[in-house]
Amino acid sequence: MTYDEKTSAKLATDAAAIMARYPVKRSGLLPMLHLVQSVDGHVSPDGIQFCAEQLGLTAAEISAVATFYTQYKRRPNGEYQVGVCTNTLCAVMGGDEIWRQVSERIGIGHDETNEDGTITLERLECNAACDYAPVMMVNWEFFDNMTPKKALTLVDDILAGKDIKPSRGADTVASFKEVSRVLAGFPDGRADEDQGVGEATLAGVEFAKHGAPAATLPAAAKAAPAAAKAAPAAAKAAPTAKSGRGKK
Amino acid sequence: MTDLTPVISATWGLERSWNFDTYCANGGYEGATKSLKMAPADIIQAVKDSGLRGRGGAGFPTGMKWGFLPAPDGGPRYLVVNADESEPGTCKDIPTMMNSPHTLVEGVIITSFAIGCNHAFIYVRGEVVHVYRRVMKAVQEAYDNGWLGKNIQGTGFDLDVTVHAGAGAYICGEETALLDSLEGRRGQPRLKPPFPAVSGLYARPTVVNNVESIASVPAILNKGVEWFASMGTEKSKGMGFFSLSGHIKRPGQYEAPLGITLRELLEMAGGMRDGHELKFWTPGGSSTPMFTDENLDTPLDYEGVGAAGSMLGTRALQIFDETTCVVRAVERWTEFYKHESCGKCTPCREGTYWLTQILHRLEAGHGTKADIDQLLATSDSIAGRSFCPFGDGAVASIVSSVKLFREEFERHVDEAGCPFDHAKSALFDYSTSADSLTGADSLTGADPLTDAEEANA
Repeated sequence: MTYDEKTSAKLATDAAAIMARYPVKRSGLLPMLHLVQSVDGHVSPDGIQFCAEQLGLTAAEISAVATFYTQYKRRPNGEYQVGVCTNTLCAVMGGDEIWRQVSERIGIGHDETNEDGTITLERLECNAACDYAPVMMVNWEFFDNMTPKKALTLVDDILAGKDIKPSRGADTVASFKEVSRVLAGFPDGRADEDQGVGEATLAGVEFAKHGAPAATLPAAAKAAPAAAKAAPAAAKAAPTAKSGRGKK
Repeated sequence: MTDLTPVISATWGLERSWNFDTYCANGGYEGATKSLKMAPADIIQAVKDSGLRGRGGAGFPTGMKWGFLPAPDGGPRYLVVNADESEPGTCKDIPTMMNSPHTLVEGVIITSFAIGCNHAFIYVRGEVVHVYRRVMKAVQEAYDNGWLGKNIQGTGFDLDVTVHAGAGAYICGEETALLDSLEGRRGQPRLKPPFPAVSGLYARPTVVNNVESIASVPAILNKGVEWFASMGTEKSKGMGFFSLSGHIKRPGQYEAPLGITLRELLEMAGGMRDGHELKFWTPGGSSTPMFTDENLDTPLDYEGVGAAGSMLGTRALQIFDETTCVVRAVERWTEFYKHESCGKCTPCREGTYWLTQILHRLEAGHGTKADIDQLLATSDSIAGRSFCPFGDGAVASIVSSVKLFREEFERHVDEAGCPFDHAKSALFDYSTSADSLTGADSLTGADPLTDAEEANA
């Protein structure tokens, strides 16, 4: 292995902390691969060897696991993993066009990294934010309700070295390596950072309270802790539907 | 008109709703307080009586699942929370964990106590870092406040919770694949039986439940079985998230009694976008056969949706208007299944590949009418012929769309191209270029569709 002494020692300490979370140490492999990415920016041959030694497995066994999961990168990754969702819903609502323009602007395609290593671009599968379609993700933070214009500004800001802000998430997007360390299970103390809940998330809550769209309401949501009490009132549960009911 | 019933979402939007203090100030941990004074068997019975069914898609009765664990033998028993939300269209567990992770943690405590588990796991998909931060913090806060660790609240009950990040594999939402993944392996489904209840994580008795199922438990124990069972329909009790997305005015999370209809939900969501009408929608994600405006009044409960030929699934309502090409939609979903097939079973691994090839060809206008029948034939070779339900899900949109929109597939053949202007489906204005229609790579000029076709010729 080619890790220097200090890096090796730190990795070993972290790996021990990971393995201690599980009754069987092999369960620590996925977080350990995230850990390796937080140091090398991808799952390097050194990283694979390191995991193998920690877990008493062969390098082939580690590789077999690492290659199964798309978040583990086999080549040095960009500092920002930029993803455009092109699964059906986002694609139809504009994701395909956003992808086309973003890809053209950076000059790279799917799973490619630009020359200075700032951005790795990816066609994303569904990232569970369909109520905010079309969606982009940067280092696994949400960028909601995207348009080509917003997407190009985002990419230009990254290329210009500016900090970028997700729609819902931390105050700024952390680097690929920093985020990988969080995914390895080491908190970065940023859980309380907040860009707001998002309109779609609260659509039902607001309707239940006011019967009106969230958009037309003043930002009163944060002041009313009585929401919990509103719930049981609506328990009558007799939908007005006709077809297919009561069949036994 | 059915009213919404925010229970899990009741505190969303409050100041720092994800924090322990906010949660406790709004009735948090009251369900756990009551539960820890109960006999574990009584908790299981309460959840059985409530009628709660799995909210991850399959709808299996939650209490019954817990009851399947064999009698304690002195060895460990595990609870694993499936927080690997990845089904296209599904977006309910992510906001739950982002905005009220303590609801989940409290549910984990009650469930673990009920089934005799001292080490639970929350398997969160890896592609949502802020959600992961929030869940880790909630677990830490629970430890700091005596709700996790040794001798919880002085009851003598010990529980550790490990929050685990996945690494990008849809298949890990399948419970046995998730267990393999949690054991540090490739996430591939196991052959059942044995079921996880008997031989799950580390071959020990294990309960695997979806986030929303577990997050429903505290309210059931706090407010009572009757309260919960008063919501919903005869066999589909309680409330659940209906996640509306697509061409509608106010997409989002609507927590409502099971049995509500799309017509009612659409009314709350402001209806379709202006000047457009409903064409097709999925009741429970892309793995459930699609519906049309014929199903506006279908009660969205397990029985109602089943009787209408689909599945309630995850209540992920992806709603498309008349500008949307159904062939394009299905082609893209199928590409997803091809990408995510774990490769263990041949019909699924090979079948999804060939389905994608055929759908590419059809959408690009290079298909034949025989291709349409081939889609159905290949789908038939996949459904029911794999270890897990992934294959069934992969062909659901294909089979249902050909049944409902066959003439649209035929138009792609007759007109030698897609008859739709894709730009019209987008939420912003742009002019459709030939490149974006065919999927040609604007940089290299390579057209993957034509290339694939030439390779096949």
